[in-house]
Amino acid sequence: MKKNVVLGVIGADCHAVGNKILDYAFTQAGFEVTNIGVLSSQEDFINAAIETGASAILISSLYGHGEIDCRGLREKCEESGLKNILLYAGGNLVVGKQDWEPVEKRFKDMGFNRVYAPGTSPEMGIKDLKQDLSLL
Amino acid sequence: MNAILLIDFGSTYTKLTAVDIDNEEIVCNSKALTTVESDIMVGFENAFKIMKEKCKDKDIEFNDMLACSSAAGGLKMVAIGLVPDLTAEAAKRAALGAGSRILGVYSHQLTLREIRDILHKKPDIILLAGGTDGGERDCIIHNAKMIAMNLKDVPVVVAGNKNTSDEIEEIFEKQGVYYRIVENVMPKINLINVEPARDAIRDIFMKKIVEAKGMSNAEKFINGILMPTPAAVLNAAKILADGTDKEEGIGDLVVVDIGGATTDIHSIAEGAPTKAGIMLTGLQEPYVKRTVEGDLGMRVSAESLSQAVPTRKIMKFAPNLKYDVAERCHYLAQNVNEVPHNYDEQEFDEAISMAATDIAMERHVGAIEDVYTPMGKIFAQKGKDLTDVKYLIGTGGILVFCENPEKILKAGLFNEENPKYLKPVSPKLLIDKNYTLSVMGLMAVKYPDKAIRILKKNLFNLQ
Repeated sequence: MKKNVVLGVIGADCHAVGNKILDYAFTQAGFEVTNIGVLSSQEDFINAAIETGASAILISSLYGHGEIDCRGLREKCEESGLKNILLYAGGNLVVGKQDWEPVEKRFKDMGFNRVYAPGTSPEMGIKDLKQDLSLL
Repeated sequence: MNAILLIDFGSTYTKLTAVDIDNEEIVCNSKALTTVESDIMVGFENAFKIMKEKCKDKDIEFNDMLACSSAAGGLKMVAIGLVPDLTAEAAKRAALGAGSRILGVYSHQLTLREIRDILHKKPDIILLAGGTDGGERDCIIHNAKMIAMNLKDVPVVVAGNKNTSDEIEEIFEKQGVYYRIVENVMPKINLINVEPARDAIRDIFMKKIVEAKGMSNAEKFINGILMPTPAAVLNAAKILADGTDKEEGIGDLVVVDIGGATTDIHSIAEGAPTKAGIMLTGLQEPYVKRTVEGDLGMRVSAESLSQAVPTRKIMKFAPNLKYDVAERCHYLAQNVNEVPHNYDEQEFDEAISMAATDIAMERHVGAIEDVYTPMGKIFAQKGKDLTDVKYLIGTGGILVFCENPEKILKAGLFNEENPKYLKPVSPKLLIDKNYTLSVMGLMAVKYPDKAIRILKKNLFNLQ
């Protein structure tokens, strides 16, 4: 059976094009994608992940405020019975040009398994997900 | 004349309506106290005698008899799902739309404590959901086991993750649970699918519940008790909006039913955003949506109404009100058969009915929220946008018998002071003056074209 993943854009962010591209790419790659769309709260991701029995939550953030929107998500996942779920984040995760390594570290410290810099292709996320789920 | 007898075994009264099938007119009605403790047919016979006397000149011959029922507490249900805002909510909406009274909604894995709670409540049917199709499995299977071990005498409609059907079937077969497995109430996130569950609930109601409530004597006499009474009103609303095979419907509509114990709102509409640039969020709502406000009523729930609605709000509807709201509401709740004897008492009834309409509508319709983003203000809509609904129909004693029902219905319209609630803006106002909604909803099961024509004839336009 296909692996379920939840995809969406977090916070007060309604950039929709990248979200559609990721939906398409991950579906083509053989995942069952539940795309909760833009303007999604942490609770929306978690609820969808519970109901669909998802293996991973893929969070996009494009408007630069992703860090604050993602804070506390890993803890909420633990509370909700999603202790081992994979959390990925990508897009434009911070405002302005910053060095990537500190950004990546901050997200990993928040409990994210993979963190992607702007301009990352979907293929990379797909490969990493397959690896993390031992599908390769 | 050739006629159909329509019977409503109500919780208090058994009401009969005779319909001339050829001329499509309601020709007679009668009522008597419902006698479900002894033999339901006694109350029926009493009402029938009264009808025969009333209409002895009309030479009525009944070709068919159909019945609905809310006797013996009506159809009582419990809804169980996984996430409260998702499958538990979808299950609740499916059960409400089947005309049932919801005794409780449960989420996640059931505990023994919750099982004891359910046993105590004595539901007639359990609606079990959880997980999208191909999604979470453990919760619904756990709950099926808990039900099979502890509640095996209660019929269950299973409407959850389809991938758990085989296992659930095995669990229920083993313990002899009466069950039906239907399509998931929420097959995908936020996508609702309530009709299969509703049909199964109605089916079980007809097959098992009627008998369980001691009403099988009635069944032998009539061609079946077809549905719980609230489902009949909902059915009437639906065919009126959608039309039938031969007749046009009237379009999107909302029904307000103000009763002694509850205020019910039924909306038949997709409820899609009516203005551009609005994001739809949250769980999809059913096209046919019923909400029941058990704390807003004219008598039994008058006291809870006075607690739910601040006095200043009631005073807005009747600035010169002579009574102390809490006191009078308490009195009405103790005297449920009270009818107004003078202008002041009538004014009070009208004021609380306006409050009930306002709040019940607010709880039913969707709402718009402002979301502030770096790109500016965005509007997110949760629930149904009913601003463009074409008709608002009122039913229930206060609306049917008062002189100015228009005023009461208008209390449910869009209000500039609270613009976030997507209430109807300027619908045509109709009154169900002859109490036709529930009987026509019942009649429509077998005679839809006639039922809708009679409905259209009997709904009075207030403007």
